[in-house]
Amino acid sequence: MKKLVLLFSAISFLIACSNEPKKLPILGERSTKDTLINGKVLTDTVYQTIAPFRYYNQDSVLISNTDYDGSIYVADFFFTTCNSICPIMHRNMLTVLEKYKGNTQVKFLSHSIDTKYDLPSRLKKYADKLGIKGNQWQFVHGSRDSIYDISAKNYLVSAYADGTAPQGLVHQGWFVLIDKEKRIRGAYDGTKTDQVAQLKSDMDLLLQEYEQK
Amino acid sequence: MSKNKFAIFCILSTTGIFFYACQSEEEITYARYYTAGKQLYEKKCENCHGHDGAGLAMLYPPLTDSTFLKQNKEKLACYIKNGLQGPILVSGKNYEGIMPAQATLSDIEIAEIITYITNSFGNKQGFYPYQQVRDDLQKCRN
Repeated sequence: MKKLVLLFSAISFLIACSNEPKKLPILGERSTKDTLINGKVLTDTVYQTIAPFRYYNQDSVLISNTDYDGSIYVADFFFTTCNSICPIMHRNMLTVLEKYKGNTQVKFLSHSIDTKYDLPSRLKKYADKLGIKGNQWQFVHGSRDSIYDISAKNYLVSAYADGTAPQGLVHQGWFVLIDKEKRIRGAYDGTKTDQVAQLKSDMDLLLQEYEQK
Repeated sequence: MSKNKFAIFCILSTTGIFFYACQSEEEITYARYYTAGKQLYEKKCENCHGHDGAGLAMLYPPLTDSTFLKQNKEKLACYIKNGLQGPILVSGKNYEGIMPAQATLSDIEIAEIITYITNSFGNKQGFYPYQQVRDDLQKCRN
């Protein structure tokens, strides 16, 4: 009888475990912070977050990180005249937008790394041609330093000017998934359809986290 | 299997192989162009025009407009080699944009790409020989 009880509890334990919802990892650097509460030292983990930013979008409106408060978002780096990986990335990004169209908790942010020529007017033309309306997906222009800085240090995406490259600019095609706390929860190769599919299912998981709260 | 049936089977398969081997010279060349053209397309064209030739919204025109491809057949080599600046009317829509030149492509490579494009994505224009590229390229400068 004892054995049976033990077996039963083991089985129910295993079942309970598999019901635990899968959670996305938190990426980037982390540090610890000690706080003294009621004489006890509590240690908290501090995760890397996206630093505050201010950029002009395709409608020449100055937007900032606060416009992305309360939503998860996908960020990437591109430029409008890029004919290597960008068309593939944005062809794939369109399918992600299609899935979450109208969902106020989901946004998209594309940074142009061609800071000299991709002014808001050019970004507007690009967005129009891509068929993007409204501000769920924003295309932003910023100073060279701020864009290259935020890509490398915050989104961990490599982007730089290189005179030897065919179009003078080099960048990686990552789609970076950011949560409502501005932490990095995933990075996906935007040129690969299987990884974009993974992004979509991971976004569902991330949204579930907030539903449970 | 009886002896008779086996004999019939042998005869049938031999004739089958014979017919298969009897692909005409042009058919074989076409197949070679098409395969090479597919590989070139994947390298040089697919990023913008897409795996299925559907283009990308209003940024890049589709390659599925058979009428456009037919009417401009003699200009396709020029478009590929020298690039193209819009507006152009494809599938009833006006595309404005710049297609970069592919000046380093050889005549035969251009012929292979044209053979691939004009026989994929619902198009069926047949073989496009490389000699045609030289003729077409001479005309596009005018």
